[in-house]
Amino acid sequence: MEHLTPTPPALTTGRDTVFTPFNIVSGIIILIGCVITVLRFTRGIGGVSNLNDTNPWGLWIGFDLYCGVALAAGGYVTCAACYIFGLKQFRCAVRPAVLTAFLGYGLVVFALNYDVGRPWRLPYPIFLSQGTTSVLFEVALCVFLYLSVLMLEFSPVAFEWLNWKRARYIIGKVSMVLIIFGIILSTLHQSSLGAIFLITPSKLHPLWYSGYLPVYFFISSIFAGMSMVIFEHSLVARFLHDKIDAEHHLESNNVALGFAKSAAFLMAGYIMIQIIGIAIDNDWKYLPTRWGLWYLIEIIGFVAIPAILYAIGVRERNIKLIQRTSLWAVLGIVLNRLNVSLIAFNWQLPLNQRYFPSFMEIMTTIFIVTIGVVIYRFVVTRMPVLYAHPDFPDDH
Amino acid sequence: MGITRRQFFGWMGAAVGSQMAFTAQAKAAGTAHFTGYPGSMGVLHDISRCIGCRKCEAACNQVNHLPAPETPFDDRAVLEKIRRPHAAAFTVVNQYKPKGKPGPVFVKTQCNHCMEPACVSACFVKALTKSKTGAVVYDASLCVGCRYCMVACPFNIPAFQYHNPLTPEITKCTLCQPRIQKGLRPGCVEACPQEALTFGKREELIKIAKQRIGAYPERYEDHIYGENEMGGCNWLYISNTPFTGINMREDLGITPAPALTAGALAAVPVVVSLWVVFINGLRAISKRKEQIATEEKSQAVSAAVLSEQARFNNEIKQLKEKAKTEKEAAITREVKKALEAAARGPSENGAGQTPPSPKPSGTAHPEKQENN
Amino acid sequence: METDFNTLQEFLTHTKGIAYLLIGVALVALPLFWRFITGRDGKKQTF
Repeated sequence: MEHLTPTPPALTTGRDTVFTPFNIVSGIIILIGCVITVLRFTRGIGGVSNLNDTNPWGLWIGFDLYCGVALAAGGYVTCAACYIFGLKQFRCAVRPAVLTAFLGYGLVVFALNYDVGRPWRLPYPIFLSQGTTSVLFEVALCVFLYLSVLMLEFSPVAFEWLNWKRARYIIGKVSMVLIIFGIILSTLHQSSLGAIFLITPSKLHPLWYSGYLPVYFFISSIFAGMSMVIFEHSLVARFLHDKIDAEHHLESNNVALGFAKSAAFLMAGYIMIQIIGIAIDNDWKYLPTRWGLWYLIEIIGFVAIPAILYAIGVRERNIKLIQRTSLWAVLGIVLNRLNVSLIAFNWQLPLNQRYFPSFMEIMTTIFIVTIGVVIYRFVVTRMPVLYAHPDFPDDH
Repeated sequence: MGITRRQFFGWMGAAVGSQMAFTAQAKAAGTAHFTGYPGSMGVLHDISRCIGCRKCEAACNQVNHLPAPETPFDDRAVLEKIRRPHAAAFTVVNQYKPKGKPGPVFVKTQCNHCMEPACVSACFVKALTKSKTGAVVYDASLCVGCRYCMVACPFNIPAFQYHNPLTPEITKCTLCQPRIQKGLRPGCVEACPQEALTFGKREELIKIAKQRIGAYPERYEDHIYGENEMGGCNWLYISNTPFTGINMREDLGITPAPALTAGALAAVPVVVSLWVVFINGLRAISKRKEQIATEEKSQAVSAAVLSEQARFNNEIKQLKEKAKTEKEAAITREVKKALEAAARGPSENGAGQTPPSPKPSGTAHPEKQENN
Repeated sequence: METDFNTLQEFLTHTKGIAYLLIGVALVALPLFWRFITGRDGKKQTF
């Protein structure tokens, strides 16, 4: 019975000192990040990054935006599983997934402030001058709307924490609308990130370029989201186990099994449409090349093998294997997004014209990820994310 | 029935006709052919005439008020390296030494002012627009600095002021739009001593190019670069050496850039509309299933309750009867005992044995209740 | 509505602008119609 009572909010996992190893390391990273921020806004993008005229997008777009959005897909996937497909056992996974998505999207927008030339103009495409023929316009609109939706989807947690019963009641009334809207926006947004590169058939390697890019991105975002939920749960169970109540504890294994099963099958479908894409464009001749090898490493090594391991894990009810595979699948998605946006982009250029991120670019990315981890910890150690709030037990 | 054959066929005709009309219209959009702004201007660059003097670069620098370069424009040493347009230079001349050519070949590079520009299609704030004059112009007051235009451009033309921390702009050739509007020729064209650059209406330029190729077929490649590349450009090239050898890609295709993303964008409203329908439908199905499940459960529960109740009542009845007979037996026994005692003597009132209380075995409310 | 377009870009700017407005219409109209469809359903059937 002791699990049913949620642990009272405690400062930095209950220890008295703030100088825990976690706090020291994250503090140093955040300090470095602040220095780079100052440099970015005094010396310009060229002063801190290796970006140039031929390689206008680098790590900040390739990782922070592309991977950030893909890995934030857990939010809409879990919401859809629980509320649209009626799989009630996923209910306890909704809040952590929505929090991850909210943080993910928030950090994507935060990272954009470093990457775009004049970040204070980021609202321009939505409010001032709508370039409707641009895929990026769709992306901007979706990010803006979905971030708002995620904030509202997550707000009940904050309201429960603050004990604002009235606000919590009102938001509960529109939660279904928010969830449906969120799923639509995610579908569009995940796919449009792939569609961004439809305009560059001459720059993106044919094995990655395809008319199906939006579909690839959408389908892979679904199993990315599922893998991320499984992976996140394994981390939480390891490092924040005192924040989890009994229901979450019991259900997290079912969530892992359910998502691993779906992800494995989706990955199989994804591999099929990848092969179909090659056949449609007659790109077979690229397979026995170095780029073809790299492509096969991505598809076989980071999609097919995780799919098989998921399948074995599901058949044998091996949660450990599923959790390990989830990290593998997450890395596979990261690899795919980096391939499309950076590695296979500008593939014909000679090596000396290719891009490699600078130290400060990499540090900025680490800084942003660290902020995410710190905020995640702050929230789950205080707010009813991983446990049901005693005053609002059934709204969870 | 009021419907005559004639009426019926009339309706059919109308239905089919409207269908046809609709299809025809849809087709009109599908196969619509856009030929660009009539009378738009362009430049024909005859690569065979270029001598690499870089006077066009100097003129461009001057008319666009760009910062002075590190090495002067008459320093031909810069030609040793392949350059591209950048924030301080809207145009550059490069030197190539293609195989099978005795001397070097010089190519001027700048914005090709596509008829259907990828950068304009990609710009999400309409900072880049295609002007009726033919120029692709840039409005810095709208630009966010996302650099998607640079990603999109198949010719790698737009550049960015990477070292401007707060107000960076995209930089590229403007076809000297301010000069064109004043009736002047672009700076580079005016400066060219070799007439390697010809300014004029695009249609006229194509005619000139065809004439030159026709007149000297052994000198020119039979290809007007920019006539069809990426849907066509206002800047055209003819060359005395294959374009691929002088860093001009011939594998770009003829699909105009906006057409590459039009399909994906067309799917957006369809996805929104159908997702609303599908999601509502899925939710209704899962709710209905849930409801059926609860109904079945409650039916099963009430059935179980009923049978249990009956069993219970039956048991109670049996027990009651049993108790009754036992009680009667006990009473007769007691009476007998009392009588015997009375017959034996007074006092010693034995503790009366209470009849066994009925023990119900089933509960009225089974525990199998939904607990969600 | 009779507009002449010289470029595909012009044509798409026009049509995509309308398409985005129609997205808004779809988002409002379709759920309202769903409510109308299910408006007479019994109180117990909440879908």
